[in-house]
Amino acid sequence: MSLDLPLIWAAIMALAVLMYVLLDGFDLGIGILFPLATPAERDVMMDSVAPYWDGNETWLVLGGGGLFATFPRAYAALLPALYIPILTMLMALILRGVAFEFRLNGRRTGKRFWTAAFAGASFTAAIAQGLALGGFIQGVTLHNGQFAGGAFDWLSPYTLLVAAGLVAGYALLGAAWLVWRTEGDLHERARRWAWTAAAAVAAMLAIVSAATLQVHPKVAARWGYMDGSFDLARLLRLSPIPILGAIGLAAVALGLRQRTHGWPFLGAVLVFLSGYLGLAAGFFPYVVPYAMEFRQAANPDNTLALLLGGAVILLPTILGYTIWVYWLFRGKVDADGGIYH
Amino acid sequence: MHFDALLLSRLQFGFTIAFHIIFPSFTIGLASFLAVLEGLWLTTKTTAFRDLYLFWVKIFAISFGMGVVSGVVMSYEFGTNWSVFSTVASPVIGPLLAFEVLAAFFLESSFLGVMLFGWRRVGPSLHFLATLLVAVGTLASAFWIVSANSWMQYPAGFVRLADGSFRATDWMAVIFSPTFPYRLSHMVLAAYLTTALVVGAASAWRLLKDPDEAESGVALKMAIGMFAIAAPLQLLAGDLSGKQVGKLQPAKLAAIEAYWETRTQQPFHIIAIPDRATESNRFQVAVPKLGSWIAAGDVNAKVTGLKAFAPSDRPPVFIVFWAFRVMVGLGLAMIGLGAWGAFLCWRNTPEHSRLFLRAMVAMGPAGFVSVVCGWIVAEVGRQPYVIYGLLRTAQGVSPISTGEVSVSLITFMVVYAIIFSVGALYILRLMNSGPSPKPEAAAPPPRRRPPGYALAAAPAPPDEAAP
Ligand code: HDD
Ligand code: HEM
Ligand code: HEM
Repeated sequence: MSLDLPLIWAAIMALAVLMYVLLDGFDLGIGILFPLATPAERDVMMDSVAPYWDGNETWLVLGGGGLFATFPRAYAALLPALYIPILTMLMALILRGVAFEFRLNGRRTGKRFWTAAFAGASFTAAIAQGLALGGFIQGVTLHNGQFAGGAFDWLSPYTLLVAAGLVAGYALLGAAWLVWRTEGDLHERARRWAWTAAAAVAAMLAIVSAATLQVHPKVAARWGYMDGSFDLARLLRLSPIPILGAIGLAAVALGLRQRTHGWPFLGAVLVFLSGYLGLAAGFFPYVVPYAMEFRQAANPDNTLALLLGGAVILLPTILGYTIWVYWLFRGKVDADGGIYH
Repeated sequence: MHFDALLLSRLQFGFTIAFHIIFPSFTIGLASFLAVLEGLWLTTKTTAFRDLYLFWVKIFAISFGMGVVSGVVMSYEFGTNWSVFSTVASPVIGPLLAFEVLAAFFLESSFLGVMLFGWRRVGPSLHFLATLLVAVGTLASAFWIVSANSWMQYPAGFVRLADGSFRATDWMAVIFSPTFPYRLSHMVLAAYLTTALVVGAASAWRLLKDPDEAESGVALKMAIGMFAIAAPLQLLAGDLSGKQVGKLQPAKLAAIEAYWETRTQQPFHIIAIPDRATESNRFQVAVPKLGSWIAAGDVNAKVTGLKAFAPSDRPPVFIVFWAFRVMVGLGLAMIGLGAWGAFLCWRNTPEHSRLFLRAMVAMGPAGFVSVVCGWIVAEVGRQPYVIYGLLRTAQGVSPISTGEVSVSLITFMVVYAIIFSVGALYILRLMNSGPSPKPEAAAPPPRRRPPGYALAAAPAPPDEAAP
């Protein structure tokens, strides 16, 4: 049989990471917005994601476990290189994860502490993911396929920019989620948060894109930017990607202006999709940018074939029940903290 | 001692996995217990079962959350700290870990939401289904992770290529490697035992305060029933596991029993102080010949001692020996407790024997201690290898700096200390308040609980909450 297994798995893993970013993105965004809300609003915000966060985070486990199982050489090259951001993210996710239960059980001080922990940890996790993403884009030093750089290689002005951009993006997803799933005062405030976040995202998208062209000549060349001038034909071929982002931003803005409930969230998703495709356009077929292609990183075909056999049955099942769970808890979370139809 | 990235990575891995396993050993058993309770409630409509369900599900939620976050750490630590191991072993055990995510974690984490928040959203049978799926998910996850670990303990169904990496040649042999059936049974029994001891201890604690609390009486009897059966079975499973170890990992068995010389009619060391420097036991209390009989079922069987292995191939014997003694000692105590409890149940008085209730409370944490000791036996006993006989732990480590790992290890210790103490506090507080519905529970649910939350249904009379 001539299935291109590494390619199929590259697509599946890309989908898993995208699912993670979108799904955990909105619940991390809610944590990021926590400091802006009143104590009563915080309860509603948390209720609006409580049934989902664990399932959302499992996409991150699939990102890690799946990469281990399908592209071990990329897993082994990237994780030591990004040791500090990754472990920071894990520590932050520990605190934000337990906060869901601990906040409910805490009395006065306990509740206050876990409220702060939830907000701080969501923010830290977002920053850490941004730093890891930035460090990934910058590229890592390899020797014989294993990491051979320094502990702080990932830290640079560029990665800080990416981290700021990701925080803005998650805040937008979170605010748009609240516009969609809450009502009353919180809903109104979420609209204002969404406006601010959308403006920040638009600005960060422009800045990070420009910075990427500067720090990464090879990516720049793919976008037709060489020696300070653009090759329009190349740019035009990739232009659907930025256009998608613009449509997303427009959907957010129009949705907010027209006071619709669902459009801003959909728009935010499109913005993320465009950023994601933009990255893919800059790096495909590399899994470690310009150092290791996905085929070099892949496991042998017999491993990938076994995995595919399982995934063909399991992934659609997972998507099915995930959608069912989202549908089950559909509707607005009311100001009394309850989920109703 | 030289603190390099390798040693620190080992400490960090050992610490984080030992922390993680505490929660699965409890949630695997508790998920099944909850499924049984809900099933009993749906079939018998006895409110005690519903109240017990609504009580234990709160404790489950806290423990499960802690199990999840500490587990997420594990799946990244393979890469951050053991990148060379990951590269060479992934072609074989990669699918096992990935199937754990796909077939177990998604199931658990998605239906957990329904289990905790869906009490009023879905009908009783669908809610029961959600509980069942979570329970099945926890068992499936034990299946895959123990399968991966068993392959590392005794690899099968593979070839090794020139570049040192592994290729699977027979997937069934990989998944069902020789030690796997014994170790999976031993682990699942361990989880059930751990849960039964905790449920028993919490109920006994309530009964010491109020011998007439009906729910706690029911839970106590269920717990006794569980561990009276599981504890003797555990001895059997552990013995079978030990016989496998004797066959397949003789160095580990020698460490477990502190044998230095290879001989027939080995004694059984009840206690000993093994010393690697002198290659002997500084002190020992032994039963002659019993060791050979336990290890191989025959007093004249020849059992290998540690001196048969080069010093660099010997596991640390002191830790393994003592961890094993603690596990088995507690296991025997559990058997005793089970027999005593069964006897009291037969006399119909377990709620009124204060001595027994106190013993129950004291044994509450014994399952956790045994589980951690058991894993120490299994993991330290296979050192210096991470893939037994094939890849040394020292060869598997990532090219990272001592500084990075020291900081991450210290941070883990601080973070885990915080969440462990807070989690334990909240769980103990809940246990102290007990399962019987309190009068204040009849008031409208506090606003920070969504009405969809399981608790919200607690005050409803059975006919209203039932279909
Ligand atoms: C015998 C059982 C067992 C063992 C030996 C382990 N685990 Fe575990 N793990 C579970 C049993 C379990 C579980 C019962 O499925 C958990 C515990 C509580 C929970 O939420 O699920 C879990 C949770 C859990 C999660 C979070 C899943 C989620 O998001 O829902 C991850 C990523 C891991 N584990 C990974 C690991 C790794 C990489 C291990 C080994 C190095 C490991 N576990 C040992
Ligand atoms: C959950 C129960 C487990 C416990 C309590 C446990 C405990 C430990 C301990 C204490 C060590 C340190 C040994 C030493 O350094 O001397 C260790 C090592 C190791 N274990 Fe486990 N383990 C568990 C499960 C697993 C599983 C399921 C896997 C793999 C699938 C695994 C993989 C490893 C590896 C790779 C090492 C080598 C690194 C090291 O030496 O620290 N362990 N484990
Ligand atoms: C009662 C007598 C017991 C005996 C003879 C016994 C024997 C053993 C042996 C020989 C091992 C090592 C297996 C290996 O390395 O492959 C082991 C591991 C282990 N034991 Fe026990 N055990 C007993 C009781 C218990 C109890 C009561 C618990 C927990 C409640 C427990 C939990 C574990 C765990 C979690 C492991 C590691 C997983 C594994 O390797 O199977 N054991 N036991």
